[in-house]
Amino acid sequence: MKINDVILQTVTKIVVFIILTFGVELFLSGHYNPGGGFIGGLVLSSAFVLLYLVFDIETVHKGIPFDFKKVAAFGVLLAVGTGLGSVLFGASFLTQTASHFNLPVFGATELSTVMLFEAGVALTVVGVVVTIILSISEDV
Amino acid sequence: MLAITIAIFIPFMAALFVPFIYKRVRSRNIGWFVMSVPLVLFIYLASLIPAVAGGKTYIHTIKWIDSAGINFTTYLDGLSMIFGLLITGVGSLVILYSIYYLSEREALGRFYVYLLMFMGSMLGVIFSDNLMVLYVFWELTSISSFLLIAFWYHRKKSRYGAQKSMLITVSGGVGMLAGFIMLYTMTGSYSVREIIGTIGQYTNESLFLPAMLLVLLGAFTKSAQFPFHIWLPDAMEAPTPVSAYLHSATMVKAGIYLVARFTPVFGGEAVWFYTVTGVGIFTLFWGSVNAVRQTDLKALLAYSTISQLGLIMSLFGLGSAALNEGYSADSVIYTQATFAALFHLINHSTFKGALFMVVGIVDHQVGTRDIRRLGGLMSLMPVTFTIAVIGSFSMAGLPPFNGFLSKEMFFESVLIIRNLDIFAMGPVWGSLIPVVAWLASVLTFVYSMIIVFQTFLGKHQPDRLDRKAIEAPVGMLIAPLILALFVVGIFFFPNVVGNYLLRPAMTAVYPPFEGAEGLVPHIAAWHGFNAPIIMTIGVIVVGALLYTYLRYWRGIYSLAPMRWNLDSMYNGLLTQTEKASSFLTRTYMTGYLRDYLVYIFVFFILTVGGGLLWTGGFSIDLSNDAPITISEYIIIFVMMGASIAIIFAKSRITAILLNGVLGYSIAILFVVFRAPDLALTQIIVETVTTALFLLCFYFLPEWSKEKTTRSLKVFKGIIAISVGTVVTVLALVVQGNKMFESISVYFENAYELAGGKNIVNTILGDFRAFDTMLEVVVLFIAGIGVFTLIKLKAGKGDEDVED
Amino acid sequence: METIITILVGVLVTVAVYLLLSKSLVRVILGTAILSHAVHLLLMTMGGLKKGAVPLLGENAESYTDALPQALILTAIVISFAVTSFLLVLAYRTYKETGSDNLATLRGFKDE
Repeated sequence: MKINDVILQTVTKIVVFIILTFGVELFLSGHYNPGGGFIGGLVLSSAFVLLYLVFDIETVHKGIPFDFKKVAAFGVLLAVGTGLGSVLFGASFLTQTASHFNLPVFGATELSTVMLFEAGVALTVVGVVVTIILSISEDV
Repeated sequence: MLAITIAIFIPFMAALFVPFIYKRVRSRNIGWFVMSVPLVLFIYLASLIPAVAGGKTYIHTIKWIDSAGINFTTYLDGLSMIFGLLITGVGSLVILYSIYYLSEREALGRFYVYLLMFMGSMLGVIFSDNLMVLYVFWELTSISSFLLIAFWYHRKKSRYGAQKSMLITVSGGVGMLAGFIMLYTMTGSYSVREIIGTIGQYTNESLFLPAMLLVLLGAFTKSAQFPFHIWLPDAMEAPTPVSAYLHSATMVKAGIYLVARFTPVFGGEAVWFYTVTGVGIFTLFWGSVNAVRQTDLKALLAYSTISQLGLIMSLFGLGSAALNEGYSADSVIYTQATFAALFHLINHSTFKGALFMVVGIVDHQVGTRDIRRLGGLMSLMPVTFTIAVIGSFSMAGLPPFNGFLSKEMFFESVLIIRNLDIFAMGPVWGSLIPVVAWLASVLTFVYSMIIVFQTFLGKHQPDRLDRKAIEAPVGMLIAPLILALFVVGIFFFPNVVGNYLLRPAMTAVYPPFEGAEGLVPHIAAWHGFNAPIIMTIGVIVVGALLYTYLRYWRGIYSLAPMRWNLDSMYNGLLTQTEKASSFLTRTYMTGYLRDYLVYIFVFFILTVGGGLLWTGGFSIDLSNDAPITISEYIIIFVMMGASIAIIFAKSRITAILLNGVLGYSIAILFVVFRAPDLALTQIIVETVTTALFLLCFYFLPEWSKEKTTRSLKVFKGIIAISVGTVVTVLALVVQGNKMFESISVYFENAYELAGGKNIVNTILGDFRAFDTMLEVVVLFIAGIGVFTLIKLKAGKGDEDVED
Repeated sequence: METIITILVGVLVTVAVYLLLSKSLVRVILGTAILSHAVHLLLMTMGGLKKGAVPLLGENAESYTDALPQALILTAIVISFAVTSFLLVLAYRTYKETGSDNLATLRGFKDE
């Protein structure tokens, strides 16, 4: 699919960053506000899908040299792995904990192991969605 | 003792390692590793003999499904000790033999994996105290036996034999399972020991008799008793080491074990006595009759095994009479039969194992097992000949071999039973048993002579053999030689076996008789000139005459009643069942998705809708409805309109856009319903899905107008509207009748419990994280599925490789 | 509100079932997509509608909307997306291999 649309491409370049930022924001805020792994992941992947639709695959691939299948696999491993992590500390599978930390820039912040789990979810979503779209569009 | 539990699993563990070792050691030497497994277990069990002989038993329980009464309990007593020694001892010898028997070109890794699996399951059967665990191992022996028989799976006959043995033994096993469950229903326990303790009070229950018959069904199918014996001859397609192991020494004895184990439960009942004795005696007779006419040595041995199993079975039946009255000085005499059964069980494993190995050697060395082509091998294969003589003469019941001792005891037992007056046994029936037993023994003598004389004596016919006959390599001879040594050794020292192995086993079979005088008789080769010895002499004289004039009376076998056989019945039943089931399946499995969906929907309408009508559960309460605004009405009606319009959409683009309208409207509804997470997700998913649909449409054909008849459209419409109505009504009924408090309040403590303030998110990430994790896995699988569907393209024209 | 949403669910189910009974593979997939919409709405309705605040504890409301159906639906949305895309690709691949998207002609081999 070759689309030559300068306006669309220019707009996309800016919009993609806005969407990506929004996605990360949604992902991070999930614990207190609407958002979380699924939504964050979906927003991120929609940004990638938009890129792939507007530019051709080779161009995007130069900019983002990920194999999204591996991203998805890593996400699954991360999600399962955080579950196993709690087993190491003697708690039951997938027990999550949270605690407050004083970080230099952000001040008092609550960090939670759910974040890691959610990151796994988000990465899987991104990986799978992009893989699906890419697989279909590559197969011409 | 935990060690017994571990002993069951050691073979399975070893089986796991075999493929890896075989990768490195690609030669027959893999067998040495495998052989060490049963050898170690044998030595370990043997070290426990003195303790067990002293009356000790070992119990170990691992809690498994405690609430259902299913625990992994192992139990080692005298009875399981005998079987354990046979399984591991004969197992070691068979593996030693197989090292030299099997060619290195065979898939040795696979062979030993199956063999170890079988060994482990067999140990599981005999050591399990819990009936459910016993059943699992019981079926595992059927499965591993199936794999072993079909080891040469490229042969049609192997596959046929494997399937036959599996179908018969597994169906028997399922019957047995039903029997076990009935026992559980009556006694409330799956533990054999507990059942033995309490069964006395349940003998009048209506389930008692069915349970007994079903357990016997399992035992009879496994031990190849008439009329289920037909699988054993066909199972001889297995490699000879397998036949020697499974079909003479171990697996077929599992049924015997079951009967022995359940004698304290059911023994003493007339039905048990008559069924076990009758089936056993008839199998003994039928097997020996059929063995004489075989021309294939292995088939001959198969029928002889059937016959000998019948003998052991009938002895257990006779022995159960002792339990009828409980312990008394008179009843103890009947326990002799069981003693003989256990003794013959050991003897049979030694001589039959040796004979199978001899036949394997002959087959291996000259390339045939057909007695019409064999002959005169005595001078060429002297060692093999010696072993064959020892094995056959023992089977025929001649001194100085162990078969003589147990055969004498067998005669004695059938003679004693004439005096029995407890089960309304008249003199006619009482005398019939010794007569049939004697006749069968004559035929046993005949076929034993056939094995020796027609193979090793007579005229040598080198031109009819595939290979030049020479003595087998030493390695192959060791295992049968050891067994032959036992055959002779047990004859001279029978009371060692009697005191150390049979005494504790007798106690296990006859708990009420523990320590009774006469329970363990002294075995003597010569006990005066009495009835059994006369019977034996008669067997030898008549047998010798019959063997000499064999060719004159062999014609009997071509008579009509002998042609009638169970095999054709089995085959007929199998093909008819296949035909009927495929006919039935064809009538509704049309291969058309719509038909299947119609089944589902019609079933849904009938059960759910019908259920609603049946129970009259229409109480719809609309009072709790939330208020609704004009804008919400608009959204809802837009959605209704859009969805109905999809059905009538002329182009697929329109349909997809309408679907998009639905999706985004739902997102708006989610906002109205205070679900911001859902609204966000829905919007993005709808976008991506629509993009995906459009992408696929690029490759798919434009959808054509459905050319359907008017009546079909009406039919589809009726089903669709009915399903929709049932769903709506059901949902309204459910909403109007809240039977339970909502559990959702619990999650509102999300901040205290999970440290998060977004309740939905804490449910996903913490409370129900397991669901989410698996959902991620599902998502990933779908992704891989899409990827492989597109990227992997199998080569065209993959032919079906089945021959 | 609940009643009318339930009726909407019924309409959606009717449409979905009608589409599922079609010959064309694409229509069937569309049917599954609509069916999942219907189920999401049904789940939502079961928890009660517009009762309480958004399920965010930061709102400090007196009562919150039932969060459990929302979590279920969130999961269901993502799964139905995965299933829809898988089915679409299946349809596409089927069409490529057999040259047909008509289920009436995709019946497998005669002798099976």
